[in-house]
Amino acid sequence: MNDTDLRAAVAAGVLGAEVAHRQLLQATVEVARAIFAAKASTIFLYDEATDELVFEASSGEGSAELLGHRIPSSTGIAGWTLVTRQPLVLTDVSADPRWGGQEIAERTGYAPKGLMSVPLLHEEESVGVLQVLDRPQDDRFSLEEMELLGLFANQAAISIDLLRKARAAKSVLDDGSTDIAALARLAANLDALEGPRRQAASELLSSLETLFKD
Amino acid sequence: MSDPAPERPLPAWSLPAGRAENLELPTEWPGRVTREWAWGGSTGKGVRVCILDSGVETGHPLVGELEGAVAVEVAPEKQISVVEDVEGDLCGHGTACAGIVRSIAPDATIFSVRVLGAGFTGSGTALLGGLRWAVEEGFDVINMSLSTTKSQFAGMLHEVADRAYFRRTVLVASAHNMPVESYPWRFSSVISVGSHEEADPLTYFYNPNPPVEFFARGVDVEVAWLGGTRARSTGNSFATPHMSGVCALILGKHPELTPFQLKSTLYLTASNVVGDDE
Repeated sequence: MNDTDLRAAVAAGVLGAEVAHRQLLQATVEVARAIFAAKASTIFLYDEATDELVFEASSGEGSAELLGHRIPSSTGIAGWTLVTRQPLVLTDVSADPRWGGQEIAERTGYAPKGLMSVPLLHEEESVGVLQVLDRPQDDRFSLEEMELLGLFANQAAISIDLLRKARAAKSVLDDGSTDIAALARLAANLDALEGPRRQAASELLSSLETLFKD
Repeated sequence: MSDPAPERPLPAWSLPAGRAENLELPTEWPGRVTREWAWGGSTGKGVRVCILDSGVETGHPLVGELEGAVAVEVAPEKQISVVEDVEGDLCGHGTACAGIVRSIAPDATIFSVRVLGAGFTGSGTALLGGLRWAVEEGFDVINMSLSTTKSQFAGMLHEVADRAYFRRTVLVASAHNMPVESYPWRFSSVISVGSHEEADPLTYFYNPNPPVEFFARGVDVEVAWLGGTRARSTGNSFATPHMSGVCALILGKHPELTPFQLKSTLYLTASNVVGDDE
């Protein structure tokens, strides 16, 4: 097994976690859409490196075209929600070229008339924005629904925090020169051993643990 | 740019014997404070309201002309500069807040301080810098439908909020209905606002279980939106300008009130204290 294979083996574990978290995010937008009987739902994640919001998960009309799309972090309704940490609901919005939904409309051919936008807050961080687009127009929005949306966003924020940690771990592994990457390669190597060699490795680990005891 | 805040008398650090009669209150307080006493006949004329938000669309039919508009810019090294705002509203939210204040206090002047648009990275710095600038500018009311969760800004925001309180600038801030700590609405020197579901724009309730102190209209509100349009909206950030508007009405009639006296007046005129029939 060469070095690239080893790193891939270790990375595969981390990548598996990212896939699971993506599924969790996807489930979150699906359920958010179902709860509020909406036409679509979207999660944006804040990308610190570029200071942008990125579409991470989407359900409903025009959803496939949106994934990976980037928008400025402090303009439009999503940007306002991210920066101010305040949830807001809008209905009967006119299709003004500057309002936050227009960019979505141009990409997907779907122009929302209303939306609920809520920040994804984890500890001190504002990690992204959850939006639910186009609920039935005749439904008056209640404060209870606002709280439900907040609870929902809280769950999504925890998922996103785990996703970000998984990505950070992967980027450490991608930089093969670090001690942590070396340890990860060692872990993958040990994990792949079988029979007497595995036994020998276990004994070696046990000896190492004894060595590091106070 | 408008004139700086007028000079305030020196603070009194102690009260020597026999001087109590010098503590004259310029306001004649009635036996019972009513809404009629508090703002009857007032249109908010002479009161300067600052909207600290995403910018305001000047000339919107529900907003009218602005007294002025500035934007807070943040350099990569975090220095801030306050420049004339030529971009207007980057979201629609600031325009909505300005329209609500205008609907309650039609003759108050409205000034926009845009703290949005500098990117998310600099947003805490822009919020703090914009608030600091607005307090030094001496506005009577500052509407803040926003908050930060960053504890590094809490101490500095607290200082600015207290400075505003002692300079007779009222900060009206949106409370948070999510399970996180955020600032500045939690500070006792500001007026914090959450939403109720009733349709009357002048119905507001005092909350005896703080930190949220008042509940104002925040559900299904028709607001000004970009491009001269309107939208219907829900959120604490729309309840807040309702209270800012009421503050402007009261200060239009009683400009000498301190933030403490103003908050007391809001309490005494709250719908669950005096009732709506005043």
